[in-house]
Amino acid sequence: MLALEFPPLSHIVNWPGFVGDGQWWEINKVVLIYAFAVVLTILVFALGNKKQLVPTGMQNVAEMAVEFVEDGIVMETMGKEGVKYTPYMLSLFFFIFFTNIFEVIPIIQMPASARIALPLFLALLSYVIYHGAGFKSHGFGYLKHALVPPGVPKALLPLVVLIEFISKFLVQPFSHTVRLFANLLAGHILLVTFAVLTSGLFVPKWYAVFAPLPLIGVIFFTAFEVLVSFLQAYVFTLLTGVYINAAQSHEH
Amino acid sequence: MLLAEITNKGLAALTYGLGAIGPGIGIGYLVGQAVQAMARQPEAAGMVRTTMFLGIAFVEALALIGFVVFFLAGA
Repeated sequence: MLALEFPPLSHIVNWPGFVGDGQWWEINKVVLIYAFAVVLTILVFALGNKKQLVPTGMQNVAEMAVEFVEDGIVMETMGKEGVKYTPYMLSLFFFIFFTNIFEVIPIIQMPASARIALPLFLALLSYVIYHGAGFKSHGFGYLKHALVPPGVPKALLPLVVLIEFISKFLVQPFSHTVRLFANLLAGHILLVTFAVLTSGLFVPKWYAVFAPLPLIGVIFFTAFEVLVSFLQAYVFTLLTGVYINAAQSHEH
Repeated sequence: MLLAEITNKGLAALTYGLGAIGPGIGIGYLVGQAVQAMARQPEAAGMVRTTMFLGIAFVEALALIGFVVFFLAGA
């Protein structure tokens, strides 16, 4: 009775290239979103870097955002010794946020983070940075710091070291990647589902009276996805901070 | 059975639903406790909120891994 055809997954996340279709340098929608997000991130830095004492207009917004990352993420997770990572955390937060937010911008409506390449790259970059910070701070003693928790009985040591190695060096980057990727992909599919449902009900039949229901769903979930894009950028950056702190801290 | 051999979409969806129960309970409990902590000690709200989001991120990862497996098995 209802002619609903959900598009296959490849149709809602793959985009044909504008230029050089099929080449390695192919320029498609996702690449353009990356480029745009980079430009916007640089813009935030430029606006926040203005030396006007009393900020006006966009400078105000940029300074508030920078302050949020510095106080809410960097200071909360790493404290004073993490301040040198602020530029990295700032660019991470804004780049992820801008790539995510294209999910709800009309016409574009594609979260670039729903392709695993970007989350994977960012997670691996963070992986290199936090293990690098650990080696810099502890030397080769870092392996002991990372793998041997204090106060473990001798007999359990091999098992604990194995578990810690798997969780810190293998699972951690994987879950870091999948968290961002799957959240955005799920949100995108959710929006597509409601949009397909709305258009499927929008026909001259009696059951067209139900069409407003999924439409309300689209509107509600679009608002929800704005929250999700912000939250996922926040969580990704927060976790990077936590991992850096865990690698370089001298508390034990 | 290999993951790639399971191509039953209904089974994949059902399995994801089962996998979402645990994280659902976990996040509910976690946020409830965090709200209680914030209500009891509003001056610690900032710290509690940061820790809450961290906890949510870890719990949620389980549900999201299930979501990815759903696509691997069902699509």
